[in-house]
Amino acid sequence: MRKVEAAKIIDAVEEMCMRAAVELPAAVEYMLRQGRQQEQSPLGQTILSDILRNAEIARRKRLPICQDTGTAALWVQFGQQVQIVGGELEQAINEGVRRGYERGYLRKSIVRDPLRRENTGDNTPAAIHYEIVPGTTLRLRLLPKGGGCENMSRMAFLRPGEGVEAVKSFVLETVEAAGANPCPPVVVGVGIGGTADQATWLAKRALFRDLRDKHPDPFYADLEQQLLRLINNTGIGPQGLGGTVTALAVKVETWPCHITALPVAVCLNCHAARAAEVSL
Amino acid sequence: MGEHEVKRIEAPLLAKTVNALRAGMRVAISGTLLTARDAAHKRLVETVERGETLPVDLKRQVLYYTGPSPAPLGLVIGSAGPTTSGRMDPFTPKLLALGVRGMIGKGQRSPEVVEAIKNYRAVYFVAIGGAGALLSQHIVASQVLAYPELGPEAIRRLEVEDFPAIVVIDCRGGNLYERGLQEWKGRASAPGPG
Repeated sequence: MRKVEAAKIIDAVEEMCMRAAVELPAAVEYMLRQGRQQEQSPLGQTILSDILRNAEIARRKRLPICQDTGTAALWVQFGQQVQIVGGELEQAINEGVRRGYERGYLRKSIVRDPLRRENTGDNTPAAIHYEIVPGTTLRLRLLPKGGGCENMSRMAFLRPGEGVEAVKSFVLETVEAAGANPCPPVVVGVGIGGTADQATWLAKRALFRDLRDKHPDPFYADLEQQLLRLINNTGIGPQGLGGTVTALAVKVETWPCHITALPVAVCLNCHAARAAEVSL
Repeated sequence: MGEHEVKRIEAPLLAKTVNALRAGMRVAISGTLLTARDAAHKRLVETVERGETLPVDLKRQVLYYTGPSPAPLGLVIGSAGPTTSGRMDPFTPKLLALGVRGMIGKGQRSPEVVEAIKNYRAVYFVAIGGAGALLSQHIVASQVLAYPELGPEAIRRLEVEDFPAIVVIDCRGGNLYERGLQEWKGRASAPGPG
């Protein structure tokens, strides 16, 4: 077994929360520059330039890219040869979130109860997904997820016989219904297959991918491009004010599923597609 | 003036200022804004419904839908971009009736709100969602006016200088969201950045 100190996890999560809020990932900035070139609407071009300028101000002045510094969504890839010592994993993660959001002057946006809505005051608890993987590494991947785009997520069970065309319609309808709300240009995460809970997680997990990567399966790489073209022809554009760049990228993740089912979920990310990761 | 030039305006808004604004115009707002989002809207409307006095005067005011991040040491405010306006829709016609003349947010408004904007001769501006660092550079003072216990949702008075926004729904019902979609649907020549 390889031992990992809980204190190291606290420090790593704290540092990631603070960094992710102010430093837009290079891949996102690259896509925004590509988008700036491809956008045909003059107002859309101005908006994309302002978004790029915002990223620069945020990085230079260490100010959050967006005031909604999000739910701290974490994907924990836990090597099964790892043993946590000196504390408990989930407590350590939440302590890291608590410290990072306080020290980084980040907004605390979590309420303790969905109906009684009292703010927890420290942005905990994080939304954590655990995956047990082979090996001796603990990989922590953070996606600070804004509320405006998360609110536009949708999940449905389609008819297997309707296949890929039904999936394309559902994704397109979701993006069109969301319109300006998720802060386009968006990143579109699509989960296909599994069960209801798995499909939804696949859609979220897709948003962790590097925006520049290509799906390893040519069938899905092609589907991602088809969806991107359809979405960018909706006319929604930057901030929903009209244009030809509504999405920066579409990422599809799949899983085996039951013979009766074709589950599909869509999870959108805003252009402030913040992320950070660390391996311990 | 051309659509892509920037018109400088003062807030609170005069009727003649509102009348001169058209959907699609870019503006730079200087003066005073009041922040209010979900919880503050609910409280304001409940206060009026109980027949009590509001903690702030809403006449001619511009409401900015934002919940800023905490101000780092030495700064007046943290990041301060707009939140989704649609969540305020159930309360907006009542606040327009109380004198509000402008709103800054992001995203579509309900048909009821669009009607109320026309009836009360008000205006809906959009600021760039997710550009809170840039927008905060135009805020020169911030003071909590009411509901401090709501934290980021408290009502604040912001002094702004050349705060950038876009007129999206004007007092005649002109709507840039509708126009933008019509104008740009089906016109992407490349699939997209990714």
